[in-house]
Amino acid sequence: MIFRRKPKPVATDPFQPVTPRVPRPRDPVAVAPPRENPEKMRLRAERRLKFTAACFVFGFAVVGLKMGAISASEAREPRTGGLAGAGIVSARADITDREGRVLATNVTATALYAQPHLMVDPVAAAEGLARIFPDMKVDTWTRRFTSGSKFYWLKGNISPEQQQAVHDLGEPGLLFGQREMRVYPNGPLASHVLGGARYGAQDVRAAEIKGVAGVEAVFNDYLSDPAREGAPLRLSVDLSVQTAVERVLASGMGLMNAKGAAAILMDAKTGEIVSLASLPDFDPNDRPAPATEGDPGDSPLFNRAVQGVYELGSTFKIFAAAQSLELGLTNAGTMIDTQGPMRQGRHRIRDFHDYGPRLSVTDVIVKSSNVGTARMALDIGAARQKAFLESLGFFAPTPVELTEAPGARPIVPTRWPEISTMTISYGHGLSASPLHLATAYASLLNGGTRVTPTLLARDDAVEPGARVVSPRVSAEARHMLRQVVTRGTASLMEVEGYQVGGKTGTADKPSPTGGYYDDKTITTFAGIFPAQDPEYVIVVSLDEPSIFAAGEERRTAGWTAVPVASEIVRRVAPLLGLRPDFDPRADSFGAYLTQAAASR
Amino acid sequence: MRSLFYALSVAAVVGLAFWAYGEGYETRQTERAVARLEREIGQRHQELSMLRTEWAYLNRPDRLHELAEMNFESLGLIPLAPDHFALADQVGYPPPAPPEPPQTVMAWGEGAALEEKIGDVIVMTHRYGADAAPRLIAPPTLADDGEQLP
Repeated sequence: MIFRRKPKPVATDPFQPVTPRVPRPRDPVAVAPPRENPEKMRLRAERRLKFTAACFVFGFAVVGLKMGAISASEAREPRTGGLAGAGIVSARADITDREGRVLATNVTATALYAQPHLMVDPVAAAEGLARIFPDMKVDTWTRRFTSGSKFYWLKGNISPEQQQAVHDLGEPGLLFGQREMRVYPNGPLASHVLGGARYGAQDVRAAEIKGVAGVEAVFNDYLSDPAREGAPLRLSVDLSVQTAVERVLASGMGLMNAKGAAAILMDAKTGEIVSLASLPDFDPNDRPAPATEGDPGDSPLFNRAVQGVYELGSTFKIFAAAQSLELGLTNAGTMIDTQGPMRQGRHRIRDFHDYGPRLSVTDVIVKSSNVGTARMALDIGAARQKAFLESLGFFAPTPVELTEAPGARPIVPTRWPEISTMTISYGHGLSASPLHLATAYASLLNGGTRVTPTLLARDDAVEPGARVVSPRVSAEARHMLRQVVTRGTASLMEVEGYQVGGKTGTADKPSPTGGYYDDKTITTFAGIFPAQDPEYVIVVSLDEPSIFAAGEERRTAGWTAVPVASEIVRRVAPLLGLRPDFDPRADSFGAYLTQAAASR
Repeated sequence: MRSLFYALSVAAVVGLAFWAYGEGYETRQTERAVARLEREIGQRHQELSMLRTEWAYLNRPDRLHELAEMNFESLGLIPLAPDHFALADQVGYPPPAPPEPPQTVMAWGEGAALEEKIGDVIVMTHRYGADAAPRLIAPPTLADDGEQLP
């Protein structure tokens, strides 16, 4: 029992204190410190509180002052360093041609403005300005400078010499503003494509440049988008080709006594417009004001190639022939009744010459028989003819990137009676622009796929559009057009080495009083070259041409538009890098079929 | 021990203050330099765009055409035509030159006649015939201010 643990005493009464086994030491008696002076303690506490408060006041004061300084000062962009500001200098990007040659760019310019309340001698200032700028009137500007107004714009752009002369006047109220100016270094070249620009909102430190017409207006936001960092807009136009086309067209227009002319050169496969010319033209550096009187169609601002909606005459015949082949109604050798005149109600359709009782489809095109085409169109029928012309783009404005394009809607008859079917088959009763014609020729003849005309250079391969006709029909149509040149109405079109195929079209001009003029025509040539392997489509149109040739006054396309188009091809084809092919086998139908097989 | 710690921290604060002060000034100086350089780059860009415009203006097709006409005597430039294309074997290459003994260097115009010097080269000028005498292309006469107009 010695190991038996002593039982723990269990407190039965919680209030009974349990006696500790070891007695606790007694608490030491606290030695009371000597008591400080309470007044002194209070002072010290106050000092500490004051110090803390001062720290807080100082801290908040610094924050408050900084906030005040920030809100009172002018806001400024944070500077991140690097080259953020150096990349962008121009407010508006350049426009270049397809080779990168500059068509439109900016230079710095100086504007002149006046603050009359700062002027020392307003009268002397007005006199001095009138000496420097002959168009400024002394009286007007003396009156304005003394009228109490505080601000006048005087000149938008002045030359450095003029700036120096104004500076030499020594007038503190005449001030110069910095800005950029749009410059078209090539003058009137491609003026209708570029359009022009003017100042939008302006300030003494800068001025906004806005496009007025053409590409400048359509790509206004694109050109002034800072996110693009001034990357130029590359057009499909080729400057040297455009020059050659405009020069030839201008001299041709003079030679043919025409009052206007238009030419379009288009890549047949991609729809890129390599050259687009309309004469008379203007200088986009000094864009004339729109004409307020007279026919707007005679204004130099009028883009005949895009805005001019004309009846295009016999150039339409190939559409009827191609559709007839496509539908299997005829083939190139089918004989068509061309006995004229053909009667339809009170209308009579006759040919320029009588071509005898029958011609093959090819010969209907080659000899340009209205009667033959009208008969083919009647076989096709109105609904199918309409659908075919619609698939070639004749019912909508062209989608080209020019401000003028959406307004140029072709004029098509609202009802489509049989007489319309017949006349439209040879290009009367439906008016379209030369660009519509070029697009349709490209779509029909490039192997039969629809193209979309564009003014932007395309680097990537273009997906072919919707199929319009089969490659075989396209080749047969080209072969027919080629024969128009070798033995038909466009015999002056022959260019050695480049097998041009095409169709002439002569249409009487409609008179504004109704009916047609007897002695005013619009002559058109639309063609493709090289015909066996098509690369480019050309459309040349002359307005009211007339030339005395071979003993009489000539107004038909064969004598007017064709020689001009021929010279354009002769000049332009080598510039486009097309190698001439003098091989006589190039004209055989086999060459056309080879291309058709390749494009299938 | 404690006072040493205090002295060291005070010294560190003073040292860091000096360092921060110096850094601040250096940063501001660098910022100014960067701004100056950016301005300069901007100016150069502007000059470049002006020169590019000038280049485009001087090379405008109208002016080149007139210059080609003015200098027709010496340059003989005509518009490119389809019959200007040729095959590579139609080009008259000079036969390989025999090894020449070293001789004194002469100016181009001195010594033997020009025709003899380039006699081996068949000059292919289409319009003027292969037998036409080759011409030295002389610099065109200049206007008063040294520029050839237009």
